[in-house]
Amino acid sequence: MAKWIPLWVHKLGSPPIFYRFAGAVRPWAIAIAIVLAALALYGGLVLAPADYQQGDAYRIIFIHVPSAWMSLFIYFVMALASFIALVWRVKLAEVIAMESAPIGAAFTFVTLVTGSLWGKPMWGTWWTWDARLTSELVLLFLYLGVIGLYHAFEDRRQGARAAAFLAIIGVINVPIVHFSVNWWNTLHQGSTVRLLGPSKMVGSMLWPLLTMMAATKFYYVASLFGRARTDLLAMESGKDWVRQIAESEARP
Amino acid sequence: MNSFFAMGGYAGYIWPAYAVFFIVLIADFIAPSLRRRRNLRELRARLARQAARQERAPRTPSASS
Amino acid sequence: MTRPSLTAACSAVLRRDLTLAWRRRGDIAMPVLYALIVATLFPFALGPEDTLLQRIAGGVVLVTVLLAMLLALDAMFRSDIEDGSLEQLVVAPQPLALMLGMKILAHWLTTALPLIVISPLLAGMLHLPNPVIPVLMLALLLATPLLSLLGAVLVALTAGTRRSGMLLALMLLPLCVPVVIFAAGAVAAAQQGLPWLAPIAWLGAGLVLALVLAPLACAIALRIALDA
Repeated sequence: MAKWIPLWVHKLGSPPIFYRFAGAVRPWAIAIAIVLAALALYGGLVLAPADYQQGDAYRIIFIHVPSAWMSLFIYFVMALASFIALVWRVKLAEVIAMESAPIGAAFTFVTLVTGSLWGKPMWGTWWTWDARLTSELVLLFLYLGVIGLYHAFEDRRQGARAAAFLAIIGVINVPIVHFSVNWWNTLHQGSTVRLLGPSKMVGSMLWPLLTMMAATKFYYVASLFGRARTDLLAMESGKDWVRQIAESEARP
Repeated sequence: MNSFFAMGGYAGYIWPAYAVFFIVLIADFIAPSLRRRRNLRELRARLARQAARQERAPRTPSASS
Repeated sequence: MTRPSLTAACSAVLRRDLTLAWRRRGDIAMPVLYALIVATLFPFALGPEDTLLQRIAGGVVLVTVLLAMLLALDAMFRSDIEDGSLEQLVVAPQPLALMLGMKILAHWLTTALPLIVISPLLAGMLHLPNPVIPVLMLALLLATPLLSLLGAVLVALTAGTRRSGMLLALMLLPLCVPVVIFAAGAVAAAQQGLPWLAPIAWLGAGLVLALVLAPLACAIALRIALDA
């Protein structure tokens, strides 16, 4: 392997070491996420004033935008981990890629639902076929496809590699879908719904949004580490280190 | 307090949105812990069965696990 | 033993697959019958009113052909996996991507070409205006190979897994969205008397890209899926 990769990165690739590392980090990550989220919610729901155009309905932005951002961010992390898993066959990369998928799907689902609940009072419709919403819907299908393909294989590692390949193919698809739907909307002039948003955000609206975005990042780490730990235990269940953990957690 | 919950008339949209956000993420956070505990429980049961089998059968150098 | 030339290998694969498909001629008729039935369902569901049918005709024919191809896609590698000949192809000295390209060609010839041939019939049943029908056929001529190529990669990924039919649809449909959009856009533009060349050109560009990349991706996917 390349000389520039430090030893601790190699060490983290080992399942028992990563298991312990993730176990130590996870409580801190979720604690920070909760604190930041509480701050963000207080700032967004209580402190920030009502928008002069959208009234109080704009407050959905504080969960909608971070969710949308995470849905895309997690997909790229998943694609990157997939690439590493396919090229270098690193077991941990497979785990990270596959366990990111459900979290990403969750955020995508939340984005679609909160967006719909925001759209109804603002545009008068629960759904519209503009480029952003359609791409987000396709993204959800991509996530579900990756999850489905991973679980369709008997051999988990083989399933992870196949699903990793699918994730990489999908990454190319998202900008293509966005572009093609944009074109399609200009063709069918009917859909002139503009995605309103506070284009220049007042400071009091901006900081809760940024805080919530940070909170969701820490949440992603916490959730991912939890899922990765569970997956590693299942994958390595024949090994001694897993046996020791199982026996040490036996209830009397 | 009431005006806070009313959210300028948009309460029917805002609170369900926040509820979905938190419910989905909490479920996503807890799910692996439940699965982990179940997996460990099954592993312990499997190990116990293996140990019981080895106690009953004499130690023969066979390839059976 | 002298190694056969590349063209000989390609034509051998092509000939084999076409012969096998011809031996089960009945299977070629299935997607066609399916498309006919589905297309006839729409007037029953929506009413026979002419203006409505005209508006949806292009899109309905497109989606119907897509779904028919999806059904037929599942069987692309199945029989070859079951009798082991696909693994032989994988370990053969000829480049796997090229061999798979020939198999995809054979599959397209036996599933999509019949659909394109009957597409005027489907379009006529749904009262698509006659001048638009050539544009529809051109769009299908470009879109169906794209679907075959993309579908082949996904079929290779699910090779050997059980319950692959629905999973294949779930994976393929998001990737098909741009193809459907541009193909339907061309037909819609032609129907409104607007220039329709741009979306056709996009389809053509996508097809060229897929012709080069998809067989390679298919080979990689197959190696991943068969590497037990």
